[in-house]
Amino acid sequence: MTPDSGNLDLTQKEIKEPLLSPKPKAESNWQIFSKGIILENPVLILMLGLCPVLATSTTVRDAAGMSAAVLFVLLMSNIVVSLLRKIIPSQVRIPVFIVIIATFVTIADYVLQAYTPDLYSVLGIFVPLIVVNCIILGRAEGFAYHNGVGRSILDGLGKAIGFALAIILMGSIREIIGKGTWFGMSVSPSWFRSNAVLFFGLPPGAFLVIGLLKACINKIFKREG
Amino acid sequence: MNSEVKDTRKFLVTPSPHLKAPFNVKMVMYIVVIALLPALGGSIYFFGLRSLWLVLISVATAVLAEFLMNLAFKRPLETCLDGSAIITGMLLAYNLPPTAPLWMPVVGSAFAIIIVKALFGGLGHNFLNPALAGRAFLMVSWLGKMTSGWTLREGLGTTSGIQVDAFTGATPLGVVQKLKDVADPNLTETARQALNSPETLKALFFGKVGGCVGETSVMLLLIPAIILIAIRVIDWRIPLAYIGTVALGTLIAWLFKATPVTPIFHLLSGGLMLGALFMATDYTTTPVTPLGLWIFGIGCGVLTVLIRLWGGYPEGVSYSILLMNVVTPFIDRYTRPRILGESAAKKERK
Repeated sequence: MTPDSGNLDLTQKEIKEPLLSPKPKAESNWQIFSKGIILENPVLILMLGLCPVLATSTTVRDAAGMSAAVLFVLLMSNIVVSLLRKIIPSQVRIPVFIVIIATFVTIADYVLQAYTPDLYSVLGIFVPLIVVNCIILGRAEGFAYHNGVGRSILDGLGKAIGFALAIILMGSIREIIGKGTWFGMSVSPSWFRSNAVLFFGLPPGAFLVIGLLKACINKIFKREG
Repeated sequence: MNSEVKDTRKFLVTPSPHLKAPFNVKMVMYIVVIALLPALGGSIYFFGLRSLWLVLISVATAVLAEFLMNLAFKRPLETCLDGSAIITGMLLAYNLPPTAPLWMPVVGSAFAIIIVKALFGGLGHNFLNPALAGRAFLMVSWLGKMTSGWTLREGLGTTSGIQVDAFTGATPLGVVQKLKDVADPNLTETARQALNSPETLKALFFGKVGGCVGETSVMLLLIPAIILIAIRVIDWRIPLAYIGTVALGTLIAWLFKATPVTPIFHLLSGGLMLGALFMATDYTTTPVTPLGLWIFGIGCGVLTVLIRLWGGYPEGVSYSILLMNVVTPFIDRYTRPRILGESAAKKERK
């Protein structure tokens, strides 16, 4: 499982230039918040953070657990990065971001382990891997580092909700077809549950569902490739 | 391929090939359909009328799915009858156990046509053999139903040669697989002799053994395939390379006592003939260069031998072909023939 951070070129020469420069025109608070949910949905439009989406969308419960962890880490890291943005030297900002994110991931990891051991045993390695989730690193680099705390909170919330929507949608499709249940509740006749399409609960099903979702999204938004 | 070239009337600029074979796609497809019919007849004889229902349902679903997808994507509707969907439906049903529930060919064919074929662009654009991908989908989802119920039609009984009490109703390769776990040397030896007996080999050749709907009879698959090769509908390189590699591999394994049965048993059993002759020779998912065809066939053979001898499944033909389907673009890329005029030295410098 390769970390998602591959597309951030850490060796670049012009390290003072931010990778994603802030937009010249100021956006309204509502725009900042709502953008992450549909128009710039991190998973379905930007295709970021696919590794946890594919791996932990087997059931809605796992998806919801992952969403909660990502929401917490993204929100907290956005706040802290935004607060510290004036004193973080730009030459070492990526390592600093990673340390901040890792701190909150560790907290989330221990909390999940202590209070929801069942869920934790299913999510397993994917909780620590939130450290390298490129949605979170991307928001720290692309938004929180250049914006105030209030706006960073809105941005973090919007992106986390977008992530949650995508992964819970995936989880719903995969759980309903793959097990005949939704969030553990039966939603199909018993003949279907005893013959459910196991394929969708397994890794190949995850790739198929994300591919089909992406195809539908591209069709709806008339995007190419 | 040349869907961009729509209507240029006077100067039709198309990519190669410019020399055309005497057959068009539709004819080739229907020739293959006819070539597959003897195996269906055999199957009805060995397993009863249920085989026919499975095949008919599967073909009907495939054609209907193709029609609906053409409708949805605004492609020409009549291509659903060009024969390719019929072949997919037939091959999928040939890969089911004869006692499979009747909804299985529906689900499998729909998956094969809708997901693997139509969504990737229709005929000529599927990246996997649709029938095999459908089978893999069914295998993953309903393993139990896909790997049991090989029983022969009442009255035929199980083949006397391989009827070891504990394994009644298994496929011959299933028996070989089970033998790996049998500790009792006497039982192993009895079974080994029974498996290698001329009666068993004869049953395997004619097809009177447990197996999937259309895979059991070597004779009924081999004869039509040889005719197809003779009239050049299918290329001889892949079947030869595939079957040859399996023969060689299992011969070596047999000499080193890694498998209890002779290479002849390996060649006649399982889905090797159906796979090597009719599924590994799909035009779309196999390389285009002669060298590529050899690599493809040998690759399939090596994988089949590895899965049969050391894998968790008794049979490895379908997964071998699927794996080689996936690497086909790379084979094509690295076996690209030298362009006329391109010098060897220049190519090396690149």
